[in-house]
Amino acid sequence: MLKLKVNDIDVEVEEGLTVLQACEKAGVEIPRFCYHEKLSIAGNCRMCLVEMEKSPKPIASCAMPAAEGMNIKTNTSLVEKARKGVMEFLLANHPLDCPVCDQGGECDLQDQSMFYGVDKSRFKENKRAVPEKNMGPLIKTQMTRCIHCTRCVRFATEVAGVPELGAIGRGEDMQITTYLEQSMQSELSANVVDLCPVGALTSKPYVFEARPWELKKTETIDIMDAIGSNIRVDTYDWEVKRVLPIINEDINEEWISDKTRYACDGLLHQRLDTPYIKYNGKFEKASWQEVYKIIKSKLENTSKEKVCGFVGDLTNMETAYIFKEFFDRTVETDNYESRSDNRYINISKRENYLFNSSINGIEDADLILLLGANPRYEATILNARIRKSYLKNSTRIVSLNDCGDLTYPYESLDGQTKTIKEIIDDTHKLSKEIESAKKPMIIIGESLLRLENAKYLFENLKDFLNKKNKFSEDWNPLNVLSCDAATVGNFDLGVLNNKTNLIEDLKSNKFEIIFLIGQDDLNFDKKNEFVIYQGSHGDKGAECADIILPGSAYTEQDGYYTNLEGKIQKAFKASYPPGDAKEDWQIINELAEFMNNRKLFNDKEELDSSMLNYLKLQTEKQTEKNNNNSNSDFNNENLKIEIKDYYFSNVVAKSSKTMIECNNAKMNLKSTGTEG
Amino acid sequence: MLKDQDRIFQNLYNDKGSDVAASQSRGDWIKTKEITEKGRDWIINEIKESQLRGRGGAGFPTGLKWSFAPKEVGSRPHYLVINGDESEPGTCKDRDILRFEPHKLIEGCLIASYAVQAHVCYIYIRGEYFVDGQKLQAAIDEAYEKKLLGKNAAGTGWDLDIYIHYGAGAYICGEETALLESLEGKKGQPRLKPPFPALIGLYGCPTIINNVETIAVVPTILRRGAKWFASLGREKNTGTKIFCISGNVNNPCNVEEEMSIPLKELIEVHAGGVIGGWDNLQAVIPGGSSMPLIPKDRCETLKMDFDACVEEKSGLGTAGIVVINKDQDIIKCMARIARFYKHESCGQCTPCREGSGWMWRMLERMAKGDATKDEVDMLGDVTTQIAGHTICAFGEGSSWPVQGLLRHFKKEIQERNNLDPIVQKKNNIPYLVDQHLLDKKNA
Repeated sequence: MLKLKVNDIDVEVEEGLTVLQACEKAGVEIPRFCYHEKLSIAGNCRMCLVEMEKSPKPIASCAMPAAEGMNIKTNTSLVEKARKGVMEFLLANHPLDCPVCDQGGECDLQDQSMFYGVDKSRFKENKRAVPEKNMGPLIKTQMTRCIHCTRCVRFATEVAGVPELGAIGRGEDMQITTYLEQSMQSELSANVVDLCPVGALTSKPYVFEARPWELKKTETIDIMDAIGSNIRVDTYDWEVKRVLPIINEDINEEWISDKTRYACDGLLHQRLDTPYIKYNGKFEKASWQEVYKIIKSKLENTSKEKVCGFVGDLTNMETAYIFKEFFDRTVETDNYESRSDNRYINISKRENYLFNSSINGIEDADLILLLGANPRYEATILNARIRKSYLKNSTRIVSLNDCGDLTYPYESLDGQTKTIKEIIDDTHKLSKEIESAKKPMIIIGESLLRLENAKYLFENLKDFLNKKNKFSEDWNPLNVLSCDAATVGNFDLGVLNNKTNLIEDLKSNKFEIIFLIGQDDLNFDKKNEFVIYQGSHGDKGAECADIILPGSAYTEQDGYYTNLEGKIQKAFKASYPPGDAKEDWQIINELAEFMNNRKLFNDKEELDSSMLNYLKLQTEKQTEKNNNNSNSDFNNENLKIEIKDYYFSNVVAKSSKTMIECNNAKMNLKSTGTEG
Repeated sequence: MLKDQDRIFQNLYNDKGSDVAASQSRGDWIKTKEITEKGRDWIINEIKESQLRGRGGAGFPTGLKWSFAPKEVGSRPHYLVINGDESEPGTCKDRDILRFEPHKLIEGCLIASYAVQAHVCYIYIRGEYFVDGQKLQAAIDEAYEKKLLGKNAAGTGWDLDIYIHYGAGAYICGEETALLESLEGKKGQPRLKPPFPALIGLYGCPTIINNVETIAVVPTILRRGAKWFASLGREKNTGTKIFCISGNVNNPCNVEEEMSIPLKELIEVHAGGVIGGWDNLQAVIPGGSSMPLIPKDRCETLKMDFDACVEEKSGLGTAGIVVINKDQDIIKCMARIARFYKHESCGQCTPCREGSGWMWRMLERMAKGDATKDEVDMLGDVTTQIAGHTICAFGEGSSWPVQGLLRHFKKEIQERNNLDPIVQKKNNIPYLVDQHLLDKKNA
């Protein structure tokens, strides 16, 4: 620990911290523009200048390492003059267009000039004007406002791993640009909007939509992927105007993916706002009572083996739980399933479907083996962590398949599952590497679990790691990379059926009533089945339905989600469902009441406590079943990574115009610029 | 006046040939082995005792700089980098060393590399010196041929390779850390210090960076002894120095002279006097364009060395003496220098990026007499807001000439610019936002 003085306050800080961090520890605020905790230090805005004893010049506190016995002063006239001077220079060429700037109200320059600036301008020359840059459909540029802090450049190079932003020119002609006038080839690109301390880079879809003080802010959870990024949803009346990240060091740090941020306009389109009944191939509006009545008579007149239910990939845990209860108690069948394919899952222990090493653990890993996973598209934030780990420790990364650019270098193998078998049989060079690695990570993608030999591979891989003593109290090398927000939660709740193959039965048209909750990924030819669809968006599921029950999206109801690490988090209601739509749990509860004259749960609280209790009991009674089947046959398969189209991976994203634009920009890279 | 036998650069005017044989006849490459055999500590100590100060502008003691290099080579190699990016207006000393005395530099590189335990030495030459760089390359090739470089260079048992790298024409790359960035293939922008290059420099390895002239004088110092070098000049400002005299003199020239030589002697004896006579002198910039000018009355007695120039609130810098006579418009001269710094600012940190252009525009107006009374003081204010607040010394370099002008020629500026502040004038100024304040005092 180092002892130093800040404004005569004694502080002790750890070695390696900067003077700025020491000042913060002493409760002294230091203004800054270029400094950002998560990025490398540039020290170029010069706003954080402080006085240090024995130094003739003021020092940049963000770049100066704290040292024993330093005496820092931040309240002297020298420091005040330096700050005023820097502020004057920053404002000299910064346009005073705050009234028409989207950053207004949350602008670092605006705020800090109030505190540290001078009250009038002495700059009488003409201001510099900088041409706009094309940065794609997400980022609007107004480069005249740029103060050259280079946060965006450092983010692109360091975190996103795409060195596509840079500064050209020098002196006052320096410009930040993408060089080629095209959008950044990154799924994290829009984070530069948050990073920009001024209005140079603003959000294009949100342009001139609202002022920050007009918005209602709700801190909640994202469900675009299984990471469970912590987000803040800003709403104006019913509309979700924008989504911003909030800091959670264990999950998303400070970043969110572009899909998380910009798929929110999908919440406004394609919404189901009233119950529908299909008459002669056409949907007719109906009342809740009507649809309940039809469902009741249908269920009563069908034998319970012929009823099945499927839960989708965005459904919160309360809904999945009450749906399961509805089937167990009201319909009295266990024909429910949350998977949409024949994916292998060993439900006997929670560790079998979790990302056990945890997201934070990625930074400690010394060997990462990707099997059938493309983390860049399946879990963007997690991919950024792998890159961080690579930058920090030069972690060795091996992928079975060639996944293209993952933003970090990796070795790719042949994509055949026999290679995995070689690893398991200790005949591959990776076996030795895994054995000698202190903290190896095996990341298993859903594509691998869909293979015919998935069971063999998964269980034997686990045995292999067990044999090599890789499981310890603080490290579990086995990781399953789930892609969807509801996956882990549904497994935790046991919303799946391992006794019969419901997907096969569905495809061979064995059922008479199919109840879909937000499930749009089932591929089956509908014959005479009666399909009930409950969900928020009119998509594939609603299209084949006979009855539509309008539900709520994730921003419109409170609900728990378990992320891929097994962390349970609550998403909060930021807005309310449109039209006659209701919260999902409420619909099932009312339906049950309609059928049996008895609610399943009296209120949401009872549902919540019952569900949490159930989860607690499940974890307590888990025992590892002996699944040893190393004698079973193994056939080599070609492992192909099948990922959903990144920008259209769920109903919300599919309804989003911004996502369509992103996709178009990605497809027609060459025709978005300023050519011809 | 320096005696001929005390001159280090005997071939400064290229009348004696610059190949190995000619250089050897002047004393180069003699006893190089014996020098290195005396050991690193002896070399560094000898340089310390000679009180040699860096010739690149800042005047940092060379022996001290070398002693900052780690004593033992760790996992990272050490590098020696020679700064030949001589871009300071008014300076052209390194060029003559590169083309006429290359072997002094190459031998210096070998000794310095040995002293700081570097096996690779980079010579960074400004791109405009391409022809001179080729001459140096020819000299390096010849040195390789004669086994003066490469494995067991000059029989010293030390392996050394020298590479030349050409800059692309940016003044800022003469700043040592920007030079390293440029050498690594990046945009030439100065790095934050600490860490200093002696510990974390080129490719993150310990790196010693010296000016061409500094390294070129090292072999002679070691051969003739620190005492001889220290006997020239005065305490802490020892040895000889190449002075580059340009501007309004009859005979602009490079001349090697003793430190602390009177400025008047330099101009009158070596440069053939000021055009129009000494009385026609207006001011002198003593050390390249980044140093504040010194008016005529102070020039009479000024001794040309580091400390004497600092006493005059200027600096010796690179010893590029620019003589300005009374035929010149001094404000216009400084406006031109300000334009140069506006153009060469790297744009990395705020004060210099925004301030250098502001200063230039104000000076241009002042040269035309378009500025108001209050702007003269404001200009001074702006310069103090830049100097000392930047990452590198460019902030000082761009604001010192303006400060020098304000210090000594404020009266001239005020006479030319006697307009009232615009807020007090009742006319319509299209780009002034606060039109409504025009008639208010102290608005």
